[in-house]
Amino acid sequence: MRYVDEYRDAEKAQALAAQIAALCEPGRQYKFMEVCGGHTHTIYKHGIEDYLPESITLIHGPGCPVCVIPMGRVDDAIAIAEQPDVIMTSFGDMMRVPGSTKSFFDSKAINADMRMVYSPLDSLKIARTNPDKHVVFMAIGFETTAPSTAMTMIRASAEGIDNFSVFCNHVTIIPAMKAILESPDLRLDGFIGPGHVSTVIGCQPYEFVAAEYNKPVVVAGFEPLDILQSIYMLMVQIADGRCEVENQYSRVVPWDGNIKALQVIAETMELRPYFEWRGLGFISHSALRVREEYARYDAERIFAVPGVRVADPKACQCGEVLKGVLKPWECKVFGTACTPETPIGTCMVSPEGACAAYYNFGRFTRERVKEATRT
Amino acid sequence: MCLGIPGEIVEILHDRVDLAMVNVSGVRRAINIGLLEDEKLEPGDWILIHVGFALSKIDEAEAKDALDFLEGIGQAYADELKALAESQIE
Repeated sequence: MRYVDEYRDAEKAQALAAQIAALCEPGRQYKFMEVCGGHTHTIYKHGIEDYLPESITLIHGPGCPVCVIPMGRVDDAIAIAEQPDVIMTSFGDMMRVPGSTKSFFDSKAINADMRMVYSPLDSLKIARTNPDKHVVFMAIGFETTAPSTAMTMIRASAEGIDNFSVFCNHVTIIPAMKAILESPDLRLDGFIGPGHVSTVIGCQPYEFVAAEYNKPVVVAGFEPLDILQSIYMLMVQIADGRCEVENQYSRVVPWDGNIKALQVIAETMELRPYFEWRGLGFISHSALRVREEYARYDAERIFAVPGVRVADPKACQCGEVLKGVLKPWECKVFGTACTPETPIGTCMVSPEGACAAYYNFGRFTRERVKEATRT
Repeated sequence: MCLGIPGEIVEILHDRVDLAMVNVSGVRRAINIGLLEDEKLEPGDWILIHVGFALSKIDEAEAKDALDFLEGIGQAYADELKALAESQIE
C-alpha cells in the first residue's frame, strides 16, 4: 500500500477499497478504461492499482491529446513554420513531440520561429505586436481546449486581425471511445469518464455507451479518492445489473456541460470527415476543422500543407498502449530507447501520456512487486 | 495544457466584460471569462482555468482540493504556472 501516508483521507481510501473488493464476483475479471490522461497520472502517481483487487485492471485510454497527434501533422506544422515570415506558436507540451525527422524544438534550433504560449490569446497578442509576420497557433486538445481556440478566432474576427491563423488539430472524445468499443481485441466492462472534457460536453453524450454497448460510464474527478469512488460506482452498477452514465464529479461538471463553450465551437469549427489518430488510425468524424465562415483564420487554407501520412517508427508500440492492449512497460522500447528525455513515441512525451506517467511514478511499484515475489 | 487550474477573481474589468483579473497561486493575471457569461462572476468567486479561459465556476473547497492535487503533480504544474506567469492575455 504505497503512498498511503500521502492520502489526506487514507481511511476513506481503505474503506472504498474494501467495498470495491466486496463487490467482485469470484472468478470474474473486470477491465475499466480511464479515458483522460489526468486520471492516468493520478492512478500511477498514487498507486491506485495497489488498492484494487487483482481481478480489476485499469486500461489507459487515448485521452492525452498530445499522444494521439500523428507524426504527419507535426511535419505539416513544421512545414508551415518554415515558410518565410511565419511565427508558429503552440502549447509547451507540443514542443518535444517528434515528427518524422524533427520536433518543434529541433526546428526552432535550425531556423524556424517557434514560440511556446500558455493560451491561444497569447498567440493573438503576438500577432498584434508583429503586424509584418503571420502568426499561426497550432491548436491541439479535446473539447477542453477547443472553446479557447474558438473564442480566440471570434476575437480576432471582431478586431479585424488578418495576420493570425489556426492550424486546427482539435479532436473529439466520443468517436475515439466508439472506436475503442468497436475494437475486437479489447473487452471493457466500463469507463471512467473524463473530467475536464465533460465540463464542456456534459454527461449526456456518453449515454450511447450505456444504451448501445451496455457499459457503465462514471465521469470522475482527479483526486485519488475520486478515482476509487468512481470505480466503486462502476462496480455497484455492474453488481446491480445496471448500465448508466453517472457523474461522480458533479461539483465541477454540469450534466449539460458548458452551453456557451459548445456554441462557440459550433460557430467556428465543424467535424472533419475523418482524421488520423496516432495508434488508432483513421476515425470518421473525430476531429474539428475551421468552418468556411472563418476561412481567413484557417492555416490549412492559407498555407500549402504537405499532408503526408507518416507511419510510426517500427519499434514504437504507442498504438497498442493507446488502445490499452499493452501496458506501457510491455512496449519493446519502454525505458530503454524511449524515455521522457529522448522520446520515440508520443506517450512518453507528455507528462499525461501513459508511458511518461508510468516511467515517472509507476515502475517503483513493479520493482517492489518483483522483490516481494522473488523468494 | 490539460490542467485545470483554480483561481480567485479579484477584479472584473468594466471596460472589457469578458476579462477578469484573477489570482492564481499568487500570480495575478488577466483571464478570459467569456465562457461563463451566464454565471455573473464577482470578486471572491473561484473559477477553474484552462489555457487562459475560465471553464467552470467552483466553490472554495473544490479550489483547495484542486490546488492540492496540482501541487502533488510537481513539474507539470510548475511548467503550467510558469507559462501562465509569462502569459499576456488582453
